[in-house]
Amino acid sequence: MSEVKYSKEHEWIKLDGDVATIGITKHATEMLGDIVFAELPEKGSNVEKDGTAGVVESTKAASDVYTPVSGEVVDTNQAIVDDPSKINQDPEDSAWFFKLKIKDPSEMDTLMNKDDYDKFAKETSA
Amino acid sequence: METKKTSLYQLHQDCNAKFVEFAGYQMPIQYSEGIVEEHKFTRNHSGIFDVSHMGQLFIYGGEDLIKDLEKIFPLNLKNLKLNHSKYSFLMDKDAGIHDDLIITKTNEGFLIILNAACKDNDFKILKELLKEKYKMVLDENRSLIAIQGPKSSQILNDIISGVKDLNFMSGNWFTFENQKIYITRSGYTGEDGFEISISNDFVDKLTRELINKGSKLIGLGARDTLRLEAGLCLYGHDLDKDKTPVEANLKWAISKERISKGDFIGSDIIIKQLNDGVSKIRVGIKPEGRIIAREKTKIFNQLDVHIGEITSGTFGPSVNGPVAMGYVENEFSKKNTKVFLEVRGKKHPASICSLPFYKKSYVKGVN
Repeated sequence: MSEVKYSKEHEWIKLDGDVATIGITKHATEMLGDIVFAELPEKGSNVEKDGTAGVVESTKAASDVYTPVSGEVVDTNQAIVDDPSKINQDPEDSAWFFKLKIKDPSEMDTLMNKDDYDKFAKETSA
Repeated sequence: METKKTSLYQLHQDCNAKFVEFAGYQMPIQYSEGIVEEHKFTRNHSGIFDVSHMGQLFIYGGEDLIKDLEKIFPLNLKNLKLNHSKYSFLMDKDAGIHDDLIITKTNEGFLIILNAACKDNDFKILKELLKEKYKMVLDENRSLIAIQGPKSSQILNDIISGVKDLNFMSGNWFTFENQKIYITRSGYTGEDGFEISISNDFVDKLTRELINKGSKLIGLGARDTLRLEAGLCLYGHDLDKDKTPVEANLKWAISKERISKGDFIGSDIIIKQLNDGVSKIRVGIKPEGRIIAREKTKIFNQLDVHIGEITSGTFGPSVNGPVAMGYVENEFSKKNTKVFLEVRGKKHPASICSLPFYKKSYVKGVN
């Protein structure tokens, strides 16, 4: 199990072998407010690094969810579709969005570690 | 132009408000608990809304003023009782809506509550129409707060005795700290509640006392979800100059007697539309499932023909699902008509429904 990495679009990604679990960060949920809708990519579909791979909506607005790496969607988290408020409650663990069989492990190197992300999040929200 | 702040700005900050700019004002969109909790708290307890950005227009005059205002508003103002309020609109000659408003008869004339984004233009229009015959004050020295929800009557009455005896859509002068304040039993959430016009110097004190009694500040975010669940229109979205009150399905707010006389601005079009029908009309729209269809979402019929557009759409916390309203071609406006909403390129099923989405009875004694 590798360390958790973060994207500038406020996704987190955790790699286990060649399968990555992806979700949105706590910081992202705090910016969005109450999440009331989630749409996930279809299982079996292929997604490209930095492409859209889902949508979350708060009472205020809709926001795209991007994938920080490329790969094939092997699993999605139906629990957050059925009850999107779970995303606000536990964004960086049980409320993951989708799992990818990744195509190119080197894409992971372009992402931030926790310290860098925390700094980035602080700077961009200031 | 610099954004204005209301007299409650410091209190909003103390309550950890997130601010947005709205109609030239820095207004709280939400506080730390978030829109869903604020919405539910208003429905179950009591919420306070700072609506001081809205216009409070006092027009002073007697019998002549009533006659002149009846040329403008489709209301029977002569028979309106002292301290009673009516919902109405300022229209152009084609019955397009400049603004929607609440007008109250006071002992000195009328008080009209106007939308923040429209108030300066409304003032100009009214001043011209009334030919500067009357003293008109768009009062910037007074704040306006609304307290809404089932516990509001008790909470406010503990501070200002007697308010609980007001009937819905009526008001009166009360005193707070030796200040004259005007309170009406009204609001825009679908809940029982009050709107309070009070001097800028005392609004902070009154609001803090209401909070101490158990009410909470609620932001514009929850105000929007509450009013949409209650089926109420938001100017600039559900209403504008390209829509008439008949198209907006608000003909209940037009006095029948005044229609028969047909002597107010826009009456020709209103009468024509009431007789001949309209081509588009405002309806409630309930998406199936959880998909949220927001403003400007296109509406299609079952043959995939474009028949209208959403004007307001969000998630309704009390309905626990998406809610929307919009305009469709009249023939598709019947309740339970199946339609499709195009969201992010996909068409999602929905049906036309009656408004409101959420209904709670207002306090008894309606007019």
